[in-house]
Amino acid sequence: MADLPEHLLKRAAEARAKAEGVPVEQVLAEMKGEAPAAAAPAAAAPAAAASQGAGRDLDADSAKFGVPRPLLERAMLARARRDGTPVPQLVGAGAPAAAAAPAASAAPAAAPKAASAGPPPGVRTQRLLTVVKANAIQGTTREPQDKVNVWPHLLAIEFVALISMLAFLTLLSALVDAPLLEFANFNQQPNPSKAPWYFLGLQEMLAYFDPMLAGVLIPGFGLAALAFIPYVDRNPSVRPSDRKLAISLYTVFFVGASILTIFGSFFRGPGFNFTFPWRDGIFFDDLLTILE
Amino acid sequence: MADRGRTSLKERVSGLGDHVRNSQVWTSIFRPGSALRADSGDSPRNRAYVVMNNVLYHLHPVKVKRRGIKVSYTLCLGGLSFFLFILLTVTGIFLMFYYRPTSPQAYFDMQALATDVAFGQLVRNMHRWGAHVMVLTVFLHMTRVFYHGAYKPPREFNWVVGIILLLLTLLLSFTGYLLPWDQLALWAVTVGSNMGGYVPVFGRQVSFALVGGVQITADTLLRFYVLHVLFLPFIIVIFMAVHFWRVRKDGGISGPL
Repeated sequence: MADLPEHLLKRAAEARAKAEGVPVEQVLAEMKGEAPAAAAPAAAAPAAAASQGAGRDLDADSAKFGVPRPLLERAMLARARRDGTPVPQLVGAGAPAAAAAPAASAAPAAAPKAASAGPPPGVRTQRLLTVVKANAIQGTTREPQDKVNVWPHLLAIEFVALISMLAFLTLLSALVDAPLLEFANFNQQPNPSKAPWYFLGLQEMLAYFDPMLAGVLIPGFGLAALAFIPYVDRNPSVRPSDRKLAISLYTVFFVGASILTIFGSFFRGPGFNFTFPWRDGIFFDDLLTILE
Repeated sequence: MADRGRTSLKERVSGLGDHVRNSQVWTSIFRPGSALRADSGDSPRNRAYVVMNNVLYHLHPVKVKRRGIKVSYTLCLGGLSFFLFILLTVTGIFLMFYYRPTSPQAYFDMQALATDVAFGQLVRNMHRWGAHVMVLTVFLHMTRVFYHGAYKPPREFNWVVGIILLLLTLLLSFTGYLLPWDQLALWAVTVGSNMGGYVPVFGRQVSFALVGGVQITADTLLRFYVLHVLFLPFIIVIFMAVHFWRVRKDGGISGPL
């Protein structure tokens, strides 16, 4: 409450001044004073009830009920205005000059029911209870970061990468033709017949294990294990020194898959038997046009 | 002195250029930030507009972490995978004009691409080598992300989407492998799809549905063709959209180590 924006405070004061018929400066001064404007009048009601009758010592009441004095004062004035009774005489120091003014202007509310009939037309009576500082709905933490514009910093990099890849592929395609063997013949299986290179690791495993294990269980569970990595690895750190196990396991997977794929591609000859590429030649059909 | 009051040809030409670039038609086509606009220029405002006001670039945020975009950090692998996908789409559409997924026309069309079609062999080569490179870049992208721990919260699910994208990439490559309809295609796919039959419980059924029978026939060619040019691209585009969207929502490129 302490750091209400000035313009909100002013707006609230103006509305209240209009509703109560007192000068804006006075309301503003009241609001800026010791009293928090948001405190509910209901809380002060018992105090106000207790303070009926002439000659109230608000300072004493304030100490007794633990309610700030300005609130008691306001409640007392409001009650007097509602009931059409004269404002009780204040006893003690600091009987405010402000107390007199609202009392004088309470004349329109002389009829007991008049006040409860609502505010005069055209007067807004909502009041500012509190200002809630807005937070983003999605919890993004905003820490100061060293940021740069995407254009040109990122787009330039992407453009160079893209052009380089295009140049590389065009050059490769100009130099090396994609293979095209004889017409598909169901009756003549080439020896060896190999899967596409990215499956050659699996085919290589077929040479060691049961097809059920090598062709289904290992790749199936491997893929599932890959997908579940983020939910299994509960270690929040991203520093390599904190992630020795995770990095070791992945490296084993990466190197293992690479070795199996290279082995299946280059070290397997007719009958998918072991061979040395430098002795018997390479049996890797995708590269046929270079090999020939 | 005598020229005072007359406009030179140069002024007229540049005046015409300004007139065109300030016209309603021109400014309605080229949004603020475009280098083709009269008010283009290097300012923080225009740098932001370049990204915000372009349908392609606004996959990106306006600003990114300086250290996140270092080439030594990302190696551009994700972006290159995406670029290769686009390149494969473009070259693939070209090839579709000259290819019939039936036996034996498929094989003849491959021969015609090499001999009759202008740039046919080059485009086919680019399609094939690009596909191989894409499998590599997607796999290496996954490896890069793992070593950076970039799958950790809040990015767990995007890693899963990435695994699905890897699987879809392999399936796209595999279904494309059969299409030349030569000995290499036929028997490589035979070896590959035989593995599917070992899958317990429903392996035979899946294999039967994919191949369109108990063994590869000309029907398989049509099936793989539709999977390759329509079904799988459709699916992978959806997952790619989720993948890129999540990159943004999960806080952009992950921070350096």
